[in-house]
Amino acid sequence: MMIRPYGDTLNDGAVQMSFTLPIAHSAKADEAAIIFGKKLGFKEVEVVHSNPLSDEFTFFVVYGKTEISIDYDKVIVEEVEKSLDFYGVNNFIKENIKRKIVVVGACSGTDAHTVGIDAIMNMKGFDQHYGLERYPMIDAFNLGAQVTNEDLIKKAVELKADAILISQIVTQKDVHIQNLTEFIELLEAEGLRSKMVVCAGGPRIGNKLALELGYDAGFGRGTYPENVASFIVEKIHERAVK
Amino acid sequence: MTKSKLNLDTDKIAKARELSKQITAPVQEYIEKHTTVAIERTTLRMIGADGVDSVGVPIPNKVLDQIGDNICYGATKYYVNALLKKGLTPDELNNEIANGLDISKLDFVDFSYIEEKAQELVEVFAAKVKANVAYREEKVFKYKAKENSPLLYLIVATGNIYEDVKQAQAAAKQGADIIAVIRTTGQSLLDFVPFGPTTEGFGGTYATQENFKIMRKALDETGEEIGKYIRLVNYCSGLCMPEIAVMGALERLDMMLNDSMYGILFRDINMYRTFVDQKFSRMINSFAGIIINSGEDNYLTTSDAVEKAYTVTASQFINERFAYESGLPAKLMGLGHAFEMNPDIKNGFLLEMAQAQMAHEIFPEAPLKYMPPTKYMTGDIFKGLAMNTLFNFIAKSTNQGILLLGMLTEAIHTPFMQDRFLGVANAKYVLNNIADFSDDIEYKKDGIMQTRAKVVLDETIEFLEEINKTDLFNAIETKMFAEVSRPKNGGKGLSGVAEKAKDYYNPFYTYLENELNIVKKGN
Repeated sequence: MMIRPYGDTLNDGAVQMSFTLPIAHSAKADEAAIIFGKKLGFKEVEVVHSNPLSDEFTFFVVYGKTEISIDYDKVIVEEVEKSLDFYGVNNFIKENIKRKIVVVGACSGTDAHTVGIDAIMNMKGFDQHYGLERYPMIDAFNLGAQVTNEDLIKKAVELKADAILISQIVTQKDVHIQNLTEFIELLEAEGLRSKMVVCAGGPRIGNKLALELGYDAGFGRGTYPENVASFIVEKIHERAVK
Repeated sequence: MTKSKLNLDTDKIAKARELSKQITAPVQEYIEKHTTVAIERTTLRMIGADGVDSVGVPIPNKVLDQIGDNICYGATKYYVNALLKKGLTPDELNNEIANGLDISKLDFVDFSYIEEKAQELVEVFAAKVKANVAYREEKVFKYKAKENSPLLYLIVATGNIYEDVKQAQAAAKQGADIIAVIRTTGQSLLDFVPFGPTTEGFGGTYATQENFKIMRKALDETGEEIGKYIRLVNYCSGLCMPEIAVMGALERLDMMLNDSMYGILFRDINMYRTFVDQKFSRMINSFAGIIINSGEDNYLTTSDAVEKAYTVTASQFINERFAYESGLPAKLMGLGHAFEMNPDIKNGFLLEMAQAQMAHEIFPEAPLKYMPPTKYMTGDIFKGLAMNTLFNFIAKSTNQGILLLGMLTEAIHTPFMQDRFLGVANAKYVLNNIADFSDDIEYKKDGIMQTRAKVVLDETIEFLEEINKTDLFNAIETKMFAEVSRPKNGGKGLSGVAEKAKDYYNPFYTYLENELNIVKKGN
C-alpha cells in the first residue's frame, strides 16, 4: 500500500513544519523560507507565521505538500517484543528460572541523570508501573549516576548479576555511543559478555542502535519496567535452555 | 500582606518552623567545629589566589596539597605569610606557586603582621563585592518597570561559552529576565574548579570564573541595549559549593542554585561535607546579594507529586532554616518546587495550585522558584505546550517569584532557539491575560484546594517530627528523603572535611559572620 501524509484529504501529502533561519525577520526572510521548503521537495509551500527571535534569527511555521509516497508493505521494523506484566514476570521466574535473579543498573560514564534508570528500577517505578526493586523475584541494585564502566562491571561480578542495565540520557556529541561501546569492550575483555544479559536504555536509544553496539536489547522512550523485566527473564531462560 | 486564600493555620506554620530549627541545630554545631578543603580554597580565592600551574592544577588546590593536614589551622595564614615573607602581590605569589614554590615550607612572620595584612585583604575583597551589589541595585531599580513578574528564567546549555552568549543574548531579547548557564554533566563531582574560558562540555558549560565574566559582560551589554537588568545564574552545588559562590560574588552573578541537601541526595556527596560547605556558600551568597534557588523540584522527579508533596514543603522549611543560619534574608530565598503532577489525575491542577499557593503563603517574602513539567513531558510537543500554559497560569496566579519557563521540547533535546521563544511567548500571554487574577479571586472555604493544603501541611509537620526524633543525619541514612539512603560516612568528599584546631584562623569567615549577624551555637 502506497501512503503519504494526510492533511484533510487522502494523499494530499500535507506536512506541517517549523524551523529557524539565521537571518533577520523581513519579507525577504519569508521568501527564503519558502525557497527552503521547495528545496526540501515540497509543493505549495506557505509561510503561515514568522517571528523574529533576535536581530539575527527568524522563526517560521511552514506548510507544504509532498508528492513522495512510501510502500507501507515493505516497511521492516525490529522491535523488542512486548511483554509480560509485573505478575507475569515474577511467575515466569518462579516457574522457569526457579531462583531470584539479580539485576544491576546504573547511569554510567559522566551522565548524571538518573531519571531513566530510576524509572525502571526504583521501588516506585513511574506512571503507575512498579520498578524492578518492587519485584519479589528480582534483586535489583541501582548504582545511581556517574558510575564508571569499570566499577559497574566490578559491582556486577560482586553481586553475581544476571543482567546489567545501562541508562544514557545525555547524548550530546554522541558521548553515549562512546561510553556504551567502551562498556561492551570491557565486558568482552573480562570474558563476561555471554554470562550476562546486557541492555541499554535512554530517550535516544532504540533497540536497533543497542543491537549494533553489541547489546542484547535497547529500550527507548515509553519503556516500562515490566518491558525490560520480561525481556531479561525470557533471555536468561532462553540461554539456560540452550 | 496578602490575605490568605488557603486559610492555613498559622500555629501549624510556626510549629513547622520550630521543628526545623530543632532539626538543624545539631547540624549547625557540627558545622561550626569543621572546615573543608572547599572552604579553605574559597578563602584563598577571597585573598586573591587564582590561576593554574603548567598542568592545569588550580593554585588554591596546589596550596591545599602543600598544607595537607594543617588545614585544621586554616589556609589563610600560610598564604598571607607567604605574601609578607616574599613581599609579593597575590598575582605574583600565584605565579611563584605555579612555578613550584611550597608556601608551607616558609618560616612564619609574627602573627600580628599576618592579622594586619589579612584584614587589609578582607577589606579589598569586601569592597569588590559591595561595589557589585551596589551596581546591581542601581540597575535593577533603574529598569524595574520592564521586569516581568514572576521573573522569566531561561536556560542555555551548549557547552561552548561563546555559543551560550549568542543564545543568551537572543533569549534576553525575546523577554527573559534571567539566564542560567547549565553546567556540564559531572562538574558537581570535581573537587576543583576548572580555569579559563571553555568550549567543550556535555549537556552544559563548565562553571569557571572566566566563563562567568564572559557571560556577565554579554548580558550587561544586551541589558543596556534593551533597557533591562538581565540576571545571571549558575550552580553553587557539588564539591565546590563555596568556591563557585565566591566566583559568583566577584563576577556579579545574581542567582545561584544552592540547596542544603541536594548534593547529598542526588549526587551522593557526603552529608558532612555538604552541610559544612553549604553554610559558607550561603554566607557568601548572602553577602553578595545573590538569590539562592533550592532544589525541591528534584524530589518530585523521583517521587510522586501527590503522595510526596509534603517532602517538598518539609525541605523548604529546612532550606529556609539553614539559610537563616547562614545570614541569608528571606528576600534572597528562591525556595523551589515544581509542576510535576501526572496530567491524568482528575483535579491535578487544583492540587498543584494549592501547593504553589501554600508555598507562597508560608514563605511570603521569598521569591519562590517554580519549575516546569519535565517528568510527564513526552515527545508530544503540542500537549507539552498546553501543560506549560497551565503551569504558567499557576505561577502567575499564586505569585511565584521566579518562573523557569517550560520548553515544549523538554525530554527531546536541548532547547532550540525557537523553543525558548515559544516558552516566553506563552508566559507573556498568560502573565498579561491574568495579571490581576490573584487579587480578584478567593478560594472556596473547605474546598478541594484548602483541604489539600491542610493535608499537606499536616503531613509536613508529621514528617518533620519524625526527622527530629531520629535527627537529620539518621533521617538521610534511613531513606526518609527522596527514597534514597546516603550513609553518614559514604559518598564523595568526606576526606576533605577536617576538624578545626583551637587556633583555627579564617578572618574572611569571621568577617562574614559579623557582617551577616550570624549567631553561633557553640561557645
